[in-house]
Amino acid sequence: MTSLLGYATVSMILFSIGAIGVISRRNIFVIYMSIELMLNAINLFLVTFARYHLNMDGHVISMIVVAIAAAEAAIFLSVIILLFRSKGKLDTDIFTELKQEVE
Amino acid sequence: MHTPYLVLIILAPLLGALLNGGLYLYHIKRKAIPEIIFALIGTITPFIAFIFTLLLFFELKDTGTTFHQTLFTWLNINGLNIEMKFLGDKLAIFMAMFVTFVGWLIHIYAVGYMKKDEGFGKFFAYFNLFLASMLILVLADNPIIMFIGWEGVGVCSYLLISFYYTESQNVMAGNKAFIVNRVGDLGFILGVVTLFFALGKTGLDFTSMQENIGVATTGTLALAGVLLFIGAMGKSAQVPLYVWLPDAMAGPTPISALIHAATMVTAGVYMVARFHFLYTGIEEIGLFIAYIGAISALFAAIIATRQTDIKKILAYSTMSQLGYMFIAVGLGFYSSGLFHVFTHAFFKAMLFMGAGAVILALHHEQNIFKMAKHRVYQPIVKATFLIGVIAIAGIPPFSGFFSKDAILAAAFQKEEFLLYGIGIFTAFLTAFYMFRLYFIVFVAPNGHDVHYASTDKTISFPLLVLAIGAIFAGFLNFPAVFAGEHQVDTWLAQLQSATLTLSHSTEYILMAASVAVAALGILVAYIKYAKFNLEVPETEEGIIGNKFYIDELYHLLFVKSLKKISTFFDKVVDEKIVDGMVMTVSREFVDFGKKLAFLQNGNVRFYALYMLIGMSCAFLYLYTTLIGQ
Repeated sequence: MTSLLGYATVSMILFSIGAIGVISRRNIFVIYMSIELMLNAINLFLVTFARYHLNMDGHVISMIVVAIAAAEAAIFLSVIILLFRSKGKLDTDIFTELKQEVE
Repeated sequence: MHTPYLVLIILAPLLGALLNGGLYLYHIKRKAIPEIIFALIGTITPFIAFIFTLLLFFELKDTGTTFHQTLFTWLNINGLNIEMKFLGDKLAIFMAMFVTFVGWLIHIYAVGYMKKDEGFGKFFAYFNLFLASMLILVLADNPIIMFIGWEGVGVCSYLLISFYYTESQNVMAGNKAFIVNRVGDLGFILGVVTLFFALGKTGLDFTSMQENIGVATTGTLALAGVLLFIGAMGKSAQVPLYVWLPDAMAGPTPISALIHAATMVTAGVYMVARFHFLYTGIEEIGLFIAYIGAISALFAAIIATRQTDIKKILAYSTMSQLGYMFIAVGLGFYSSGLFHVFTHAFFKAMLFMGAGAVILALHHEQNIFKMAKHRVYQPIVKATFLIGVIAIAGIPPFSGFFSKDAILAAAFQKEEFLLYGIGIFTAFLTAFYMFRLYFIVFVAPNGHDVHYASTDKTISFPLLVLAIGAIFAGFLNFPAVFAGEHQVDTWLAQLQSATLTLSHSTEYILMAASVAVAALGILVAYIKYAKFNLEVPETEEGIIGNKFYIDELYHLLFVKSLKKISTFFDKVVDEKIVDGMVMTVSREFVDFGKKLAFLQNGNVRFYALYMLIGMSCAFLYLYTTLIGQ
């Protein structure tokens, strides 16, 4: 049981670091890495419980997550390149075109 | 007894209305359909209805069993069972017979009258629908079905009165008829509902109502009786809901004939006779009805003496004659009242048709003094008009005499001498103003050569047929004092009408009195109008000429005050209060939204934060509820 709690704690810590990274950092690359961190935290969670219950479902989903993350990485990076081309910076605070103008 | 014919009586004109309506819609686009087709459909369908009624009449005469026909159950809610059911008892068949017959003749007349009118097809569609509605009303087996016909008649009168809708005056007249009738309709429906509850919800058809009438207390019955009579007041143009009838003359003349003779205004009398079981129990309501009738009779007769519009004079005379009918039904002499409806249908339809023929020949001139100046010679019209005038004045042996005299005798027998006095005075006035009309329009010298004007066959045929009816219809209820048989009274025995029990000598005296009064009226009219100088025509002036300012009074009391209330509701209640509340609420939402708008700052990090907070809250909620289990 101790080991289960340890894995879960690690994964939750990783997820929280990722979440805080997404919210607090301004560099798009760092935000992207934080998202990856959150994904992998979930993966760790899934794999842990799959092992614990001796059930393959968790493994399968974590494999799918890895595969999708890889695909997503390709799109994300290309989006980042486009964003960089349009403004010359990667600071999210300058991409505020959808802001509501309050009269 | 079940019969399939009953509904066919209604369906025939209804089908005519649908066919004519559909063809007319096609005709507007293509201009392809000749008038003769509309005319054929329009006149044949009422004739079919008449034939079916006649068949049922003879069968009823032989077997004596009432006809029933149930089509389907219309509503069945918690014991309230309303069936699409028709009833052909002696009363209904009696009514349906002259409605279809006179209605058919008026349809024929309309062919000639409406010739070359743009809305020829439309006119016949409405006309057929009018007749169908009236037949629904007459043949209905329960008050709800009756109400469909009742409303249908109202709608058709509205459509037809404002038939020439390009003139705002006609549309106003149509509106007036419809709105005043709504007041009465409210009374009718409330009366039916009151009766339904008063009878312990035992059933809504006339037969079961009659059987269960003992269940109800006199108070509720009186209430129901008054409410129902308010409906009759509206339809049958009695004081105080009569104002629509003179204005209804805005429609083409065949409409006036149909409204006044066969449909619409007779509905009120018929309805009271239909609910005779309700009214026989409570004499006070009956007296109330009789007095309303007497007041209407007198009032209309007085107004009619000063009117100059030929159709309005006839309209007031109808109202006056309806007053007589209500005197009769109010006093319990239902069959006498209905007999007057019957004879009145003949001579009034004929008078209107005659008036219409003259109006048509004089290019739609309706002022009797101007008509007299440009008089043309129409022998058939003149002769039949004279017959009609004599009949309505009550000179024997014309039909109006027998029916009117029975009513006056009834009032005398009931010792309601005030009613009798009003009745006999109205009879004098009737003879006077009808002969005033006749002398002015047809007799008074105008110093011109009078040219012969040919009358269309479709106009003269119905006039001649009705003239026969106006002369001889009275013999159907030939009084016992002349060794007559009272055939109408016998036929309508189901109504349990009161019967005349006066001694023969009294009856002779009463008859002599009414004949004398009528003759006096004619004499006065002759002295005053037979040699009338048309260069100085009478005008509608003074308190009588202005119809006692009743229209103005109503305008002041109801129209203006209603307008004021409406303006108050529009400007104050709606704009200030309702709009104010609604607008405040919406403004608050907008303001609140503006305050929240800073959250949407376009920065993706913040959006992620909101998402996280939202998801956390959702999970927290799920967690706590799951733990709670």
